[in-house]
Amino acid sequence: MQLRVQSLSHYYGPLEILSDINFTIGEGEIVCVIGPSGCGKSTLLRMLGGLEQPTSGQILEVGRPPEGSLNPLTYVFQDFALLPWRTVHGNISLVLEGHGLDKADIDARIADVLERTRLSDFVNAIPKQLSGGMKQRVAIARALAVDPAVLLMDEPLSALDSQTRELLMADLIGLWTRERFAACYITHNLNEAVRLGHHVVVLSRRPGKIREIVQIDIPLEDRDMSDPKMAKLQQDLWNMMREEALDADRELTT
Amino acid sequence: MSATDFDSTTSSAGQADTETRPVPFRGGGFKPIDIRFVGLGVFVVLIAFWEWGSRSGFISSLVLPAPSEAFEAFMDLARSGDLGRHLAASLRRLVIGFVCGTTLGLIVGMLIGLNSIARAGLAPLVSAIFPIPKIALLPLFIIWFGIGEGSKVATILFGSFFPTVIATYSGIDGVDRTLIRMGQSFGLGRMAIIRKIVFPATLPAILSGMRISASISIILLVAAEMIGAEYGIGAYVLLAGNLMSTDQLIAGVAMLSILGLIVNFLISRAEKYLLSWRS
Ligand SMILES: Nc1ncnc2c1ncn2[C@@H]1O[C@H](COP(=O)(O)OP(=O)(O)OP(=O)(O)O)[C@@H](O)[C@H]1O
Ligand SMILES: [Mg+2]
Repeated sequence: MQLRVQSLSHYYGPLEILSDINFTIGEGEIVCVIGPSGCGKSTLLRMLGGLEQPTSGQILEVGRPPEGSLNPLTYVFQDFALLPWRTVHGNISLVLEGHGLDKADIDARIADVLERTRLSDFVNAIPKQLSGGMKQRVAIARALAVDPAVLLMDEPLSALDSQTRELLMADLIGLWTRERFAACYITHNLNEAVRLGHHVVVLSRRPGKIREIVQIDIPLEDRDMSDPKMAKLQQDLWNMMREEALDADRELTT
Repeated sequence: MSATDFDSTTSSAGQADTETRPVPFRGGGFKPIDIRFVGLGVFVVLIAFWEWGSRSGFISSLVLPAPSEAFEAFMDLARSGDLGRHLAASLRRLVIGFVCGTTLGLIVGMLIGLNSIARAGLAPLVSAIFPIPKIALLPLFIIWFGIGEGSKVATILFGSFFPTVIATYSGIDGVDRTLIRMGQSFGLGRMAIIRKIVFPATLPAILSGMRISASISIILLVAAEMIGAEYGIGAYVLLAGNLMSTDQLIAGVAMLSILGLIVNFLISRAEKYLLSWRS
């Protein structure tokens, strides 16, 4: 299944937030979205998953979601959004209940997904016992448990310290090489964008327009930051962002 | 000052500006820690002092009977067999009134918290009726529900209903919206979100509301039992007051305060058990 954004614009009251956005998230492809603060990235992501309706334009699912997908468009939130009163097991079973699966099936899915994210030892932990990185791993496991067609991630690593971020980054790349999920990945971090993205969508400051879509052809598993090609890519993105960020910084946010 | 002054503290020891001292501690506090038995100790010391004061004549028995006299009055009550009847009558009213009031309060609070029309219609009404002392309405309740059990249970019911409503809907207002959005994003239905996300997240507020409504219920219980009740701790206290038998009065009041302590203890246990996930 692909996800296509078609001439999408959005207003909050008189304020134009997003203007004429067009791009497609292909099957098994990670699209990173970068842009200055307040340009509407989170808003765009909320619309991609149907949590909010755009003022005009539309978002189309192209093709059928994979067989057995319980929730084709699935979020991973910046602040994890785990229920503090449920264990790791309970947090994952939350999103599996109500689909008519029997208990054995749910338990099997949870065991499988915890295995894939190397969390099996933490089944019965509750969120307050887990570090930030662990919580986000659980949130990623929860997202994978419903067999999503497209993962929607809003700065999933930005609440974490840089070492943990590095570890999770490696986990994500490893996961992708095994599972080839499609994703829309919003970030402020250009390094994350060039390491994870097959395409990087660069948005201008508010109202967010597409400034450029950069394609990166190097396979994810071969990307190495010591490669001058990668460094150049990141530099190019930074040059693009720099001026937008400077201007955005000077504007009042309303 | 030369740059070497930074690493020459030992050589210049003794000079006033280079003496060393630990950074004074000024953190800590503002965090209640569980200290056991201190509360109990305060009770024991106070009662012992009181007993000593009464025996030594420092506190006149006309002003305040000794704790031992109050205890004797309590034993008399127990021996006469009336204790059970008083307690049973009071507890029945309290439990029925409190359980019904809290249940209805939960339902209405949930409605107000989750439904904008219900909020617009009912929230002002609740705010208008909440501050009325329900004791002032007791005569009305007697006319409506009869002088018997009806009016007494109704007073307690109303008394515990309003605080529960307010605690519940303000609790719902405080639920982390990202959790609700998470539920929606995984396709959970409205009922599932309410049952599995909103309600557990509101539980802390509900339980602390219960603490308040339980105390209000005990106050109202006594007030209600002071009119037209044959049995009940309130009736016992009232009779003792009319007869000026202060030892019985103290015994009755002590029973109430123990009842309050027990209720508080039960709620604390419930909090420990149900809210252990809080960090
Ligand atoms: N519900 C809302 N009502 C009104 N304005 C909103 C609402 N949500 C967001 N905005 C405004 O829309 C703009 C875009 O917000 P959004 O959160 O999408 O930006 P963002 O690109 O994700 O920013 P950041 O990088 O800081 O996360 C901001 O100026 C914000 O103030
Ligand atoms: Mg954002």
